[in-house]
Amino acid sequence: MSLEQPKDNRLGIVVSGSVTRGVEVKLDSSSLVEGMVVGRYVTIQGERQRFFGMITDVSLEVIDPRLAITPPDVSDPFIAEVVAGTSTYGKLHVRPMLTIGSDAMSILEGPQPVKTVPAHFSAVELASQQDVEQVFGQVSEGQFWIGTPLDMIETKVRLDLGELTKRSNGVFGKSGTGKTFLTRLLLMGILQEGAAANLVFDMHSEYGWEGYSEGGRKVKALKQLFPTKVAVFALDEENARRRQVSADFIVKIGYDEIEPEDIVMLSETLNLTEAAAQAPYRLARHFGGQWLESFLNVEGREEVGELAASLGEHEATLAALRRRLETLRRLPFLVAHAPDNSVKRILEYLDRGISVVLEFGRHTDIAAYILVANLLTRRIHAQYRERTERAMGEDRALPRPLVITIEEAHKFLSPEIARQTIFGTIAREMRKYNVTLLVIDQRPSGIDEEVMSQLGTKITCLLDNERDIDSVLTGVVGKSELKAVLAKLDTKQQALIFGHAVPMPVVVRTREYGSAESYKDLGFREAAELKRRAEQDIEELWGES
Amino acid sequence: MPFKIGEVVQASTSQFQAECYELHGSPPFGSLVKTGDGLIDVYAVVYNAATTSIEPGRHPIARGRDEMAEEDIYRSNPQLAKLLRTEFEALVVGHREAGCLRHYLPPQPARIHGFVYVCEPDEVREFSRSFDFLRLLLDARVPASAEELVAACLRQASQAHQDPRTFLVSAAKEVVILLNGQLDSLNAILRRIKA
Ligand SMILES: Nc1ncnc2c1ncn2[C@@H]1O[C@H](COP(=O)(O)OP(=O)(O)OP(=O)(O)O)[C@@H](O)[C@H]1O
Ligand SMILES: [Mg+2]
Repeated sequence: MSLEQPKDNRLGIVVSGSVTRGVEVKLDSSSLVEGMVVGRYVTIQGERQRFFGMITDVSLEVIDPRLAITPPDVSDPFIAEVVAGTSTYGKLHVRPMLTIGSDAMSILEGPQPVKTVPAHFSAVELASQQDVEQVFGQVSEGQFWIGTPLDMIETKVRLDLGELTKRSNGVFGKSGTGKTFLTRLLLMGILQEGAAANLVFDMHSEYGWEGYSEGGRKVKALKQLFPTKVAVFALDEENARRRQVSADFIVKIGYDEIEPEDIVMLSETLNLTEAAAQAPYRLARHFGGQWLESFLNVEGREEVGELAASLGEHEATLAALRRRLETLRRLPFLVAHAPDNSVKRILEYLDRGISVVLEFGRHTDIAAYILVANLLTRRIHAQYRERTERAMGEDRALPRPLVITIEEAHKFLSPEIARQTIFGTIAREMRKYNVTLLVIDQRPSGIDEEVMSQLGTKITCLLDNERDIDSVLTGVVGKSELKAVLAKLDTKQQALIFGHAVPMPVVVRTREYGSAESYKDLGFREAAELKRRAEQDIEELWGES
Repeated sequence: MPFKIGEVVQASTSQFQAECYELHGSPPFGSLVKTGDGLIDVYAVVYNAATTSIEPGRHPIARGRDEMAEEDIYRSNPQLAKLLRTEFEALVVGHREAGCLRHYLPPQPARIHGFVYVCEPDEVREFSRSFDFLRLLLDARVPASAEELVAACLRQASQAHQDPRTFLVSAAKEVVILLNGQLDSLNAILRRIKA
């Protein structure tokens, strides 16, 4: 052994391992155990190839167990320093995920999945910016990036948004971990790269015009940054006016637009029995399109009794259903018959590649949210479906991809209703009709397993509930290790991303959002420049006059 | 030019004994010395030194009762310096052959009457870049304990390094491994070198 000349990034050497378990790395004594963080990237120089992996555990080991019993006098800093790494040492658990080569062939092929382990005593180093870029791709001008790997503020992690929007995806994390901030960034990326048009059901009105950061500071939302690419629809006109949001359209929903399926969605929220949740199908057959209004107009016990008799339902079931549905009457955006067709309006924007954010204003009641999101989505999906089928029949271009964002996703996709509702259908059919979901949830364990397994890319902030963690990681290679990584994320602004949009699981510090600089990085231009650009856009749209 | 301190008077493969040119002029305990014939330089660590009477069987007697200072004894008895000699013993820890430094025993022992030099800091630094010689020191049976010797040697060598503490830490780590659980010896050495 010779006087260690600590090479910049060297951490230690591989001492054991297997393909299924990953490898154990003995840390050099010059590497600080406490400087090691799960989620960080390392490279391992094997004999033939270089491995790229992630630290998934850090532990302390003692070579001589006698030492643990009669520890040397480590209060003396000199002795402590000597003992570190010799009698005691730090150990890393690393999961190699990809191999990267440096010869022309392997650069061409790109990183490959790992099929073996590095040899004994292979040197392990912290991954350099170059390594990380080789794996995650370099971010070029105008390309979207989501954040930086742990402790690598210079390196940007790209998401393959083309891949991302091919499937439904999920953003998870417990409350306050940064889901909204992250989703806002994601939506901007999709807009910026034109990967798809977005339809956002914005429960807390934080994606359209502006949102708030924890300190109560305002942050700009989609429309302020991309005014020509975003339309804000409002369900609560008064609220929008008060917040000085100039809504592009005020959404009203007619009773005649509500279908029995929408009520099934609400069964949990309205606390409906199975029978009560199914009764609307009969009511619809009985009353036709106006079933809900007609049903709500049936007043008095006797009349309900008569109706029940003619439908073959229990009177109590119908009475209960009627009572529960009565709450819908309090929703001011529900009218007997909507003056304009919201679905048509939304589609008009989406067709022009303009994203639509539907703000709920004060209607943050979950029943309102589910009702509206379900109802609109069902009809928009039907349109996409029809168009896709027609386009395929006539060999024409498919409709522009659409990403529908919903919050509180477990309310839409719980195992009880996922098979019956439009959201379950969309999640399962992948991009058959060019429509996918972006689901946001703090309780992923409440989402149907099959739906979870269909999500192409999962982005998850800190989760601490065991069942939630399990549900997010179901079916992932290296699950137990990723579990450790996931449980150790910072409480804010950090996320584990895995799935189709990234070459391997990656922990990122989500890119900062909310400062003037961050807006600028995302393409925000001050008013003067904006005006010029808008004129340019219009010119491009309509041609020179 | 390195400092010529004495001459080899007895040699074996693993150690040599040298007589100093100056009475009491032994190199420090644990220091690195070398001797050579120009082809092979032999490096050794001083592990013992003694000043004795030239004639075996004749012991010096106390002479200072009426003198004020120790030097006065020698001044009053100039013959003394001729009757006494200082010798030291060194443990061979490596050699240099054809410019190549090796931390193991040389093919031949040092030559009698070979000049012995004290190594300069540059050379000490070069030599102590590898700790392989520590094994030879730890295994040696020497009058002072091996722990004393190792500690002294490392302290001496550390002075030649820009950052003595870092050097000592690295060296001590090697000692920990070499001693493999002999906690007493380990603690003895650690206590003797901690800065
Ligand atoms: N990328 C980011 N840049 C700046 N601040 C952030 C970022 N991510 C999170 N934060 C901070 O963390 C706070 C919580 O984030 P956010 O509102 O996105 O959490 P959430 O997961 O959506 O919470 P909830 O479940 O309550 O809706 C934000 O208000 C903001 O202050
Ligand atoms: Mg949120």
